[in-house]
Amino acid sequence: MASMQESGIRLEQAPPISVPFRFFLTAPGFLFLAAAAMVWRGGELAQSRFTPAAIAVTHLFSVGFMSMVMIGALQQMLPVLAGAPIRQPRLAAGITHICLTLGTLGLAGGLLFDQTALLKTGVIGLGCGFMVLLIAVGLALLHARTRGAAVNAIWIAVLSLLATVTMGAILGSSLGWGIPLLAALLVDLHPGWGLLGWTGLLATGIAFHAIPMLQSTPAYPAWMVRWFVPLAFVLLLTWSVASALPPHTGQTGRTACQVALASMYVAFAAVTIDLLQRRRRRLPDVSVDFWRVGMASLLAANIVWLAGIVAPVDWRVSVDLSIGVLAFFGFAGSIINGMLYKIVPFLAWFHGQARAGAGKAVPNMRVLLGQERQRLQFRIHLVTLALLVCASAWQPQFVLPAGLALGLDATLLAINVLGVASAFEALGAPA
Amino acid sequence: MTNGISETMTRHHRECDEALARAEEAAAASDWVGLKRDAATFFAEMVRHVGIEEELLFPIFEDATGMRGGPTDVMRAEHERMRDLLAQMRLAVASEDGEQYLGLSETLQVLLQQHNIKEEGVLYPMLDMSLSGQADSLVARIRAYAG
Repeated sequence: MASMQESGIRLEQAPPISVPFRFFLTAPGFLFLAAAAMVWRGGELAQSRFTPAAIAVTHLFSVGFMSMVMIGALQQMLPVLAGAPIRQPRLAAGITHICLTLGTLGLAGGLLFDQTALLKTGVIGLGCGFMVLLIAVGLALLHARTRGAAVNAIWIAVLSLLATVTMGAILGSSLGWGIPLLAALLVDLHPGWGLLGWTGLLATGIAFHAIPMLQSTPAYPAWMVRWFVPLAFVLLLTWSVASALPPHTGQTGRTACQVALASMYVAFAAVTIDLLQRRRRRLPDVSVDFWRVGMASLLAANIVWLAGIVAPVDWRVSVDLSIGVLAFFGFAGSIINGMLYKIVPFLAWFHGQARAGAGKAVPNMRVLLGQERQRLQFRIHLVTLALLVCASAWQPQFVLPAGLALGLDATLLAINVLGVASAFEALGAPA
Repeated sequence: MTNGISETMTRHHRECDEALARAEEAAAASDWVGLKRDAATFFAEMVRHVGIEEELLFPIFEDATGMRGGPTDVMRAEHERMRDLLAQMRLAVASEDGEQYLGLSETLQVLLQQHNIKEEGVLYPMLDMSLSGQADSLVARIRAYAG
């Protein structure tokens, strides 16, 4: 069949291990920096999410930790889920990684040390890094050979990232160059698109397939797999438009979209908790525990958000911070951590085995990273979450112990992930 | 275009998943008798599934489409990895090493699932499309395949 030969469908193998690993190994470092900033400037964090320290910590976490890991995972998943390998993967990954690393350091450093030049450099670095990434991923997706819910979800998540980064660039120019363009509007839309769009839709889009397959759970409802991501995207767009309208015109639309989005994510969390409860593979698994905590946090964050919309009480600031803690650290931080504990040891095994060749056994995933070490870090993660919730919802004095706990959390995660990387190196294979 | 081939092979993927889970349970419970039995079932299902693909479906597909050195080669390479893991798992069963078995099973699970995603998402639909004329007879041969 000539047409199939010409279409040249390629089931590409994974990119070289250094492509995703550079992101995975950098991320815990940024988590540690977020902790350090929290310990140093904790008092300001508790005041509002708009203080320079709060913005710095948020971006050390959301870009330096969350997005780093998600980008690394995307490099790995595009060939598998979408038949869409990135061309020149090392070059694209290299530029993206360096720009995002320096950009995040610049942004955070500029904010924390009140250095405008540093901040400007950071904004430019982030802009360049994300631009290279979006072009590379966009080109790969345009040539994707598979269709279906997973590819559509990745598309939509990437478009959401484009929206987030564009708004971030505008806000960044406001911070760095004093151009106050649409700032009042974007301070809500930017994190909204970042969390509910880029992070949430990539996570749900992948989870719909990864959870039933990896844990042998029943399938997600077909309507959810088909419609969740596109519907959420439409709601985000509608919410954005409604937010841009004058308050008396757009308020109902805004509220309706917020309620709809919160309800959808509540449904996703509830279904996921139920499916994990009914999983066929019953082995104790720290990754599954991370996902349970992630889903519980997602539920809590959305319930608090819904309560705030439906019955607003005059404690706006700590509600904002509580939702932020639950959504960023509790939800995104937990599921990303859980995913890391699967993908890092697996890739080390996969590439290590490839280099070693047939007939020579390399250590399996559970030897490369044991459950006990994962569980210790998981426990510290739970303590950190509890302290952060206390700090945001109850007593700001908890920020200091929360920061210290986060520092320990980050250190243990770094040790675990670096441990796998050095075990891989010891297998004698070039990275 | 029928999808009898992909339906049959996908259903067998799920049966292999079930067999993997059952053997894991035995290993986790240190039930060595159960492990020997359930692992043997799992290994047999895997060998049969890979045999159907490599000895029956892939050659026919390659002849029909002329697509050699493409997706079927990628799948064959991953089958080799799986065979290596299965061999190590047999050793773990023989030496009643539950920890080792579970670690290998976890690794195989991840390898297998990303392999299955590629087969169910890309390769099987290609098989359905290019071999639709022979679908019924191929399904009969799949069912009758005994290795």
